[in-house]
Amino acid sequence: MTGPAAWEADPIRQDPDLLTAEAAAAEVEGEARAGASGHQSEPLPDVPAAELSAATAGADVLLEVNDLKVHFPIKRGVLIDKTIGYVYAVDGVSLAVRRGETYGLVGESGCGKTTLGRGILRLIEPTDGSVIFDGENIAALKPEPLRVARRRMQMVFQDPLGSLDPRQSVQSILVEGMKAHGLDISDAQTNARLRELLSAVGLPNTALRKYPHEFSGGQRQRIGIARALTVNPELIVADEPVSALDVSVQAQVINLLEDLQADLNLTYIIIAHDLAVVRHISDRVGVMYLGALVEEASSQALYAEPLHPYSRALLSAVPVPDPVVEDSRERILLTGDLPSPANPPTGCRFHTRCPWRQPTLCDTDRPQMLEMRPGHRVACHYAAEIASGQLQPREVTADVV
Amino acid sequence: MVTTFSRARKQRIDALVNSGDEGSSLLQDAWARLKGSPLFWFGAVIVGLFVVLAIIGPWIAPHDPGAQLLIDQTSRARNSIAPAQDGFPLGGDTQGRDLLSRMIVGARQTLLVGIFATLIGLVGGLILGILAGAFGGWIDTLVMRIVDVMLSIPSLLLAISIGVLFTNPNLTSVIIAVSIPQIPVFARLLRGQMLAQRESDHVLAARALGVKRGPIVFRHMVPNSISPVIVQATLVVATSILDAAALSFLGLGSQDVSQPEWGQMLGEAQGSIDSHPQLAFWPAGAIIVVVLGFTLLGEALREAIDPKNRR
Amino acid sequence: MTALLQVEDLTVQFNRKGVAPFTAVDKVSFEVAPGQTVGLVGESGCGKSVTSLAIMRLLPKRGTTITGRVDFEGTDLLSLPLEGMRDRRGRDLAMIFQDPLSSLNPVVPIGIQVTEVLERHRGMKRSAAMVEARELLESVGIPDPSRRLKEYPHQLSGGMRQRALIAMALACRPRLMIADEPTTALDVTIQAQILALLKTLVVEHGTALIMITHDLGVVAGLVDQVNVLYGGRVVERADRHVLFASPRHPYTHGLLASIPRLDAGPGERLTPILGSVSDNIPWTGGCAFAPRCSREIDTCRQVSPVLEPLSSRTDHLLRCHNPVVPVGAGAATVAATLEEEPS
Repeated sequence: MTGPAAWEADPIRQDPDLLTAEAAAAEVEGEARAGASGHQSEPLPDVPAAELSAATAGADVLLEVNDLKVHFPIKRGVLIDKTIGYVYAVDGVSLAVRRGETYGLVGESGCGKTTLGRGILRLIEPTDGSVIFDGENIAALKPEPLRVARRRMQMVFQDPLGSLDPRQSVQSILVEGMKAHGLDISDAQTNARLRELLSAVGLPNTALRKYPHEFSGGQRQRIGIARALTVNPELIVADEPVSALDVSVQAQVINLLEDLQADLNLTYIIIAHDLAVVRHISDRVGVMYLGALVEEASSQALYAEPLHPYSRALLSAVPVPDPVVEDSRERILLTGDLPSPANPPTGCRFHTRCPWRQPTLCDTDRPQMLEMRPGHRVACHYAAEIASGQLQPREVTADVV
Repeated sequence: MVTTFSRARKQRIDALVNSGDEGSSLLQDAWARLKGSPLFWFGAVIVGLFVVLAIIGPWIAPHDPGAQLLIDQTSRARNSIAPAQDGFPLGGDTQGRDLLSRMIVGARQTLLVGIFATLIGLVGGLILGILAGAFGGWIDTLVMRIVDVMLSIPSLLLAISIGVLFTNPNLTSVIIAVSIPQIPVFARLLRGQMLAQRESDHVLAARALGVKRGPIVFRHMVPNSISPVIVQATLVVATSILDAAALSFLGLGSQDVSQPEWGQMLGEAQGSIDSHPQLAFWPAGAIIVVVLGFTLLGEALREAIDPKNRR
Repeated sequence: MTALLQVEDLTVQFNRKGVAPFTAVDKVSFEVAPGQTVGLVGESGCGKSVTSLAIMRLLPKRGTTITGRVDFEGTDLLSLPLEGMRDRRGRDLAMIFQDPLSSLNPVVPIGIQVTEVLERHRGMKRSAAMVEARELLESVGIPDPSRRLKEYPHQLSGGMRQRALIAMALACRPRLMIADEPTTALDVTIQAQILALLKTLVVEHGTALIMITHDLGVVAGLVDQVNVLYGGRVVERADRHVLFASPRHPYTHGLLASIPRLDAGPGERLTPILGSVSDNIPWTGGCAFAPRCSREIDTCRQVSPVLEPLSSRTDHLLRCHNPVVPVGAGAATVAATLEEEPS
């Protein structure tokens, strides 16, 4: 098989700390039969490795985001546009992603997760803050070095049809990235690489001469994933990779992403609104609300013990396909609607809808992300009291918003 | 590369992907739709005949269009012109020239006017539109303000104003005068499409891949923006011919009577329209038919390319 | 107990120029009892939305062939003249759709849109209708309803709009409400609010509900009976608990196995269904799901399976030649409770 061998020859892949592609592949196959996890390289100890936050683990941090802000000016004017306000799409987010792990960003509409994803890749210019990719500050790069740096961090988009140029054949779409970075050395090599990638995402070679509109949604998404892989990236930001797909196809693409990560030692940031999908595929999850991170933990810990009131409401709202669970679970309903990102509430952004809201601090001071448990950060003034049961939520019934 | 699909399963999925090795691009799809459209064929036949006539005109015209062969049957004083007769099926005009030959040869000039005026407008509009759409920012604002100013003047008035600037009006001056008001139309159309493309995911994906700005503009944005522009071009050929006819009618067109042009012939005929309406009827009729042909073609193109018709 | 709605062999065929006629709904039959909640579940292209539009007679006349019988309280809706159908819509049966923004008239204030329903069907005068409208908006949990009455749809959030639509649908206390993906376009916390609201209201008013969705999680918590659709046909029908505990159709089973669950163990691998919906063959000459089915046998490609009960003592209907075998004690317990034959 030419696949794994070709990958191992690639100098970027030679990281002794991580499994070789072959071993990872074998592990994936074996574990697929056994039905256990395929992500982690070492067996889970008492405190799983993923739970250690970046600061304590001293681990290999691939991406570090420091107080990133993306504010869109709201302009109005007849002849000359004047800025009358800002949409605070992303308002001070700090996180770190370790090499090889999957970080899930979850939140509802208006929380800024898509903007954050694009801001990290500098597809949208951040207003403030820094993005350090493998030691290099992306935000400070000039246009040409930025373009070169882009090779290592790629994006998979939500809309499989819109993200592929309808006028280019699949071959042309896939070769484009390679050409831009000088990776298309010879025709033979390029063709071999394309065939390899297509087989990696489960598409036949005949796909090369076809056009995007001739494929189904799931197949188009695979093409998008193959495109991202053509330039050998280390980080892939997947913006809602499965939400536009049929339910029965979502699992195919989720499995594909997991397999590719194991084979190629990729680092993922998965942005999604579907909590079940994020929980399944991620090692660690960050919950966003109105432009800020409100909680960050390993996916197990977040589900087992959500500390932030919003996370608790979010988790209790996700439907589970099991009538017994649905009938017996406790629903925490939120009041009101999402505030406008152009006019966020003072203090804690969530206080207008929080069932645990207290008279002091909540509407005046913005809470910082504090590590309440090892690897589990929360931004809430009263997180400890809520967790211990000291504070009880207000009753909210269905017919009162 | 290991995936969890077993070989057998993969073969089944492969079989399910569209059989047939050749892909069909959107262009091929549009062409297939076009072929089935009666509108298209009607327009194409008319335009085709027109083009053929324009090319071979001078060779099949029975007489020299500039030669005043029937002058002896023409009298200004008695306001008579040569009637239809053997060898001259349409008769003569006020200068005793064979009307039929003038009509046939005139096709060439009319076509040239239509095509060149459209080409200049198209190229000018493309340049401005791509500049505005690709760069955005102050370049976009500057270009669009200029375009706005040009668009605020009715196209025929603008053409006339430019036409009078030339001391010796000829076909070239007509072409220039007619083409300039079309530039802002194309520019605005293209810029609008480019702006929409700028926001599209596939352009964003190309940026994320690290593709340089040039290939993004010319490989991603322009090809996806060009369809409505092509449709507009076919329609502009039609309106250019009409506008040129109007300019000639007003006396701002070519004064060279040896090179007939339908609009010019129409202008000449206004003097004798009461007594000899056929002198106006033939060129006007021909213009109408040709304009109709181009319009039908344009409409058929628009229908074939329309995204609503796509799968 | 006489059924409120009885759909018998409903078939909807779309005829388009130049393409072969497409059967979107193929002899679908189901019943809804008064006050019962029935779910129509399936992915895109399975015909669930078209079924509901056909019941409400909202499909365009041209290019559509509808056969079958839709019996609502004794009257066949399909054979009614349109005027008769219009009388019934809003008064006896109502529908809410997926996108609240496009379902509301953007240039008319909400209050007028609600009173429109009241004036038409309950013959109320504008002033009385406004009072009623205000109460309706309050009953669906919209705060400050007097102000909202004068507002336009774009001034309300997505959740509020859907609430307003529910208020309009329930304004005349219809006996049946059809909800076509009412929460798909909404955030998950808003979805929870709306579903809780729907649950409360249908119990309060005794309205029967047909819930159309692709989300099995939504169905698990809301409906009494589930119909799973594939390729325009019902492939499985069962009581909610029975379906989720022991799904017998490979499609249902595959769907449940391929959905990531919030309460699943860490890293449990998903088992996807191969292929995609567009890969189906028509039902003529075999099962439409056969190309994607892991349990396919020879008969599947030749003979089209029939929808029939698993045994004489159960309501669990199945359309399959080679159903999934239930495993484990769970199935046995459920089976024993519901007098089903474990195989």
